[in-house]
Amino acid sequence: MSAIVFDRVVKRYGEFEALSGVSFAVEQGDFFALLGPNGAGKTTLISILGGLAQASSGSVTVMGHDVSADYRPARHAVGIVPQELVFDPFFTVRETLQFQSGYFGIKRNDDWIDEILANLGLTAKAHSNMRQLSGGMKRRVMVAQALVHRPPVIVLDEPTAGVDVELRQTLWAFIQKLNEAGHTIVLTTHYLEEAEALCNRIAMLKQGRLIALEDKATLMKRNKARSVFLRLKPARLPETLQHLLVAERDDGFELKLADPDALPGILLAVQACGLSIRDIDVSKPDLEDIFVETMRGAA
Amino acid sequence: MTGFYTLFIKELLRFWKVAFQTVAAPVLTGLLYLLIFAHVLDAHVEPYPGVRYTAFLIPGLAMMSMLQNAFSNTSSSLIQSKITGNLVFILLPPLSYFEFFAAYVLAAVVRGLIVGVGVLSVTLWFAVPPIAHPLWILVFALLGCGVMAVLGLVAGIWAEKFDQLAAFQNFLIMPLTFLSGVFYSIHSLPAFWQSVSRFNPVFYMIDGFRYGFFGQGDVNPWFSLLVVSGFFLLLAGWAYGLIKSGYKIRH
Ligand SMILES: Nc1ncnc2c1ncn2[C@@H]1O[C@H](COP(=O)(O)OP(=O)(O)O)[C@@H](O)[C@H]1O
Ligand SMILES: [Mg+2]
Repeated sequence: MSAIVFDRVVKRYGEFEALSGVSFAVEQGDFFALLGPNGAGKTTLISILGGLAQASSGSVTVMGHDVSADYRPARHAVGIVPQELVFDPFFTVRETLQFQSGYFGIKRNDDWIDEILANLGLTAKAHSNMRQLSGGMKRRVMVAQALVHRPPVIVLDEPTAGVDVELRQTLWAFIQKLNEAGHTIVLTTHYLEEAEALCNRIAMLKQGRLIALEDKATLMKRNKARSVFLRLKPARLPETLQHLLVAERDDGFELKLADPDALPGILLAVQACGLSIRDIDVSKPDLEDIFVETMRGAA
Repeated sequence: MTGFYTLFIKELLRFWKVAFQTVAAPVLTGLLYLLIFAHVLDAHVEPYPGVRYTAFLIPGLAMMSMLQNAFSNTSSSLIQSKITGNLVFILLPPLSYFEFFAAYVLAAVVRGLIVGVGVLSVTLWFAVPPIAHPLWILVFALLGCGVMAVLGLVAGIWAEKFDQLAAFQNFLIMPLTFLSGVFYSIHSLPAFWQSVSRFNPVFYMIDGFRYGFFGQGDVNPWFSLLVVSGFFLLLAGWAYGLIKSGYKIRH
């Protein structure tokens, strides 16, 4: 059984189609990145998953439970951290988490609440009122609220947008620990290095359509493009290589190759012009390069 | 059950933490009405034979305060949660539609009753109405608050901005409560306005409640009970349907 199955999900707001038939599955144990530019439909998809929005057509299941027909077990199975920073100003951090546990039908949850607080660096703030917390601290509480019922599936919608490095590290360490303990994780983020470092599977959305869905390893491997940085003496790029030039920096030239196989040709061209190579660096594309390229390709 | 109970307690704490605004203020307002109207009218009006105007006014004022505060509790809690966005924390858990409905409505009924007891206990210093039928008093207090709590739920779900809610309150709730016979017996009205009053459901809440005190009213309390409970069931069914459909809260 898959952790989440999206099946031909369509969402219309009036005339506007925010999701145009999105289908994919997230398997149990995945650390799954859902990527896409602003407005691609990531939050809409997560809202439908959590029952905050209703699909115009299509279906979504969480751990085998349909999110609308079978909404109670479906909601037990998933913990969602919404994108917008929201909080209830009437209560303290601990009260907030106790209430959240109660809504999930859990009466005495203080041991687990303590553990979450400790893992998110919130222990010292347990008795502070929500109003008194900084934005980053409020974000941590939102993460904690999504975890009170130990959901098998955890979904984080841009949890690190605008938060400091310390929180990112604390948060990801905890989420990785939960993933290792068997929880399925889905995240959206604009920090692609985070997705690259953490996730094993990647989906990309654009304008309400799924345009890529792959294991991270496959996605990274399939892309043959390389970036080559050359520092030459004298500092002059041969005419025949100008079309590969991406940028000039640090007294050198950055070239983009479609394939590693193009490298010998470059070296020969350099040699043919009587230039000597003072420095060379070849690098693989990172997820950001692949993302940009995939988005452009799908236009 | 734990889900319902938790949401109920949360809703109670929400108003209790600001009880100065949500309980003390309406009790003071009730007291001011009593002071002004009783001062002006006590010597001139005898609504029922042998009943002083001040004593007559007290149950009506208590009921009016209960109704307005029951409405206010559900509607303002919902609109605040919608506008600040923290309603998501109640929409994401597996609360059933009924738990959601019952927790909001019951908490609002509790606030209504607390305000009612508050208004009674400060106004009793000025006149003590008799208590003819305590059970009628309780039944109409509960049902009246219930109706208004459910109406507040509907208003809170429907409204997207505070001014829409204020319009609902000022153009529907206020006229219905003021023109329901809080300040007078409808028998003192011209025939036309008497029949208009009979289309106001709040009139039956106040009249039935007052019957519990004086053992006399403008209409038979059983008939009032029928009207008010019919109205409650109708509104409750409507509100439940809205919650179930996700109208304006699950897009
Ligand atoms: N309640 C709504 N009403 C109308 N349009 C909406 C609503 N919610 C989202 N949209 C639109 O749907 C599209 C997808 O939005 P969203 O899911 O928030 O994108 P993402 O999270 O990928 O940035 C956007 O164009 C957005 O303006
Ligand atoms: Mg989003």
